Amino acid sequence: MGSLFSSKNKEVFSTPISMNNPVTVQVLGICSALAVTSKLEPAIVMGLSVTIITAFSNVVISLIRKTIPNRIRIIVQLVVVAALVTIVSEVLKAFAYDVSVQLSVYVGLIITNCILMGRLEAFAMANGPWESCLDGLGNGLGYAKILVIVAFIRELLGSGTLLGINILNYDAIKEAGYVNNGLMLMPPMALIIVACLIWYQRAKHPELQDKE
Amino acid sequence: MKALRNYLDKIKPNFEEGGKYHAFRSVFDGFETFLFVPNTTSKTGTHIHDAIDSKRIMSFVVIALMPALLFGMYNVGYQHYHATGVEGSFWEMFGYGFLAVLPKIIVSYVVGLGIEFVVAQWKKEEIQEGFLVSGMLIPMIVPVDCPLWMLAVATAFSVIFAKEVFGGTGMNIFNPALITRAFLFFAYPTKMSGDTVWVSGDSIFGLGKTVDGLTAATPLGIAKVAECPEFSWDMVTGLIPGSIGETSVIAIAIGAVILLWSGVASWKTMLSVFVGGALMGWIFNTIGPDTYIAQMPWYEHLCLGGFCFGAVFMATDPVTSSRTENGKFVYGFLIGAMAIIIRVLNPGYPEGMMLAILLMNIFAPLIDYVVVQNNISRRAKRAMSNK
Repeated sequence: MGSLFSSKNKEVFSTPISMNNPVTVQVLGICSALAVTSKLEPAIVMGLSVTIITAFSNVVISLIRKTIPNRIRIIVQLVVVAALVTIVSEVLKAFAYDVSVQLSVYVGLIITNCILMGRLEAFAMANGPWESCLDGLGNGLGYAKILVIVAFIRELLGSGTLLGINILNYDAIKEAGYVNNGLMLMPPMALIIVACLIWYQRAKHPELQDKE
Repeated sequence: MKALRNYLDKIKPNFEEGGKYHAFRSVFDGFETFLFVPNTTSKTGTHIHDAIDSKRIMSFVVIALMPALLFGMYNVGYQHYHATGVEGSFWEMFGYGFLAVLPKIIVSYVVGLGIEFVVAQWKKEEIQEGFLVSGMLIPMIVPVDCPLWMLAVATAFSVIFAKEVFGGTGMNIFNPALITRAFLFFAYPTKMSGDTVWVSGDSIFGLGKTVDGLTAATPLGIAKVAECPEFSWDMVTGLIPGSIGETSVIAIAIGAVILLWSGVASWKTMLSVFVGGALMGWIFNTIGPDTYIAQMPWYEHLCLGGFCFGAVFMATDPVTSSRTENGKFVYGFLIGAMAIIIRVLNPGYPEGMMLAILLMNIFAPLIDYVVVQNNISRRAKRAMSNK
């Protein structure tokens, strides 16, 4: 392994945020992207939680990767992830109770997030702790980025607020005939917005398009 | 006619490669082929072309929609004058309705065709004609008070997400006009249902009178919450509150005759929708729950709401319905039955036709698959037994 910030390591960190985004390119972690993005605040918290858990579990698994017997590696990975998820969940309950109520089961369900297991299997089991940490951070932030974009659009157009602060719900705007779009608050619209992001990204980067 | 042809030929070079209006090539092409059947022929193989191409078919559907549209305009005026208590002549009522509905038609066509033109130009294809019908259907299935900007947003949404992403006209899974309505219905429920949207309370160019908070529930809305409305001739002629084009059974029947006579729509789908609705309505009458809407006579179910309109103009859409002949019976029957089930058993929505048709749009390919597989296995068996 070269220096800490070699170009290879930078790539490990940056590709998941854009060109190999876990949500828009690999289409992983969609369930929670639909479930927690009707408001911006829970989406940000969810994105950060996943980032932290992915980074730490990647580091832990990477450290013990040589001692894990191959046949029970999934169980070991799950135990590590479960422990981290529990810690994050308890921290949220202690310091951000309102948000943890809004996120309800979805914090606990981070354990089933495909991005986590995917990174552990595909990256942490074969790379050193520092690269694994960068990879976990990159993938978590890539996931968080999409969540925040989707939640921004949904909260702004669906509720007329951002982070709970009133943006569009003024009488003058209502008088002009504007009505918040109720469909934005329903899960199907999250799917359509994610689809639009995928559409945009593939249109911009033709190399991502499927070859016929 | 000759003069028009000559004029088109004169301006044509401007739109060809290198001409000064080349950017509008697809627009010109769309209008030219709409006005005159193109005389191009296929270059390979032997083809027999029907003289009726899809632009001509679409025109037939638009003609069939005219009675319902004109009556809808009159009804908009009639409901307004009736509710405000102002005396008005026939022409005043029709004029009021005309001025109320016309902007919706313009918005729907401008937004929808605009997107189609842009996409056609971008993909270097010729303009697809499917929106000719959708653009006319969309204003007819919304309440008169639906704001124009909502209509524009919903039309754009459905043309892009229900049609263009699937590959354009002929490739769509769902009926674009119904997706427009579904979008409005779920995104802006206050403007699409309830008691305040069915009768316009504004005066338009001095016609009618401005009244705030005019309320009038549709008969189905009443049956949902209050009481079962008495069957009356107004339900057949269409002088009841409702979406613009859907109220008159008679006007829709004229449209149905035009569609069936010209062979555009299938009588199998149409008939089986009514059979399915009548049967399901009758079942609820007999053994259904003791609610007003379940006890509403089955023939009222068929007359009210969008049932007729959906059966004649939406369910028979050749693109989204079943294509096999036997499948059409199943497809239509399930639409009719589902529409009544949604009306009666769903606590939230008084009308179920839109959702029933969209639901069956999903299942149409499956129905076709089953019918085709059935046929294959039946013939395979026959071949085996003949050995």
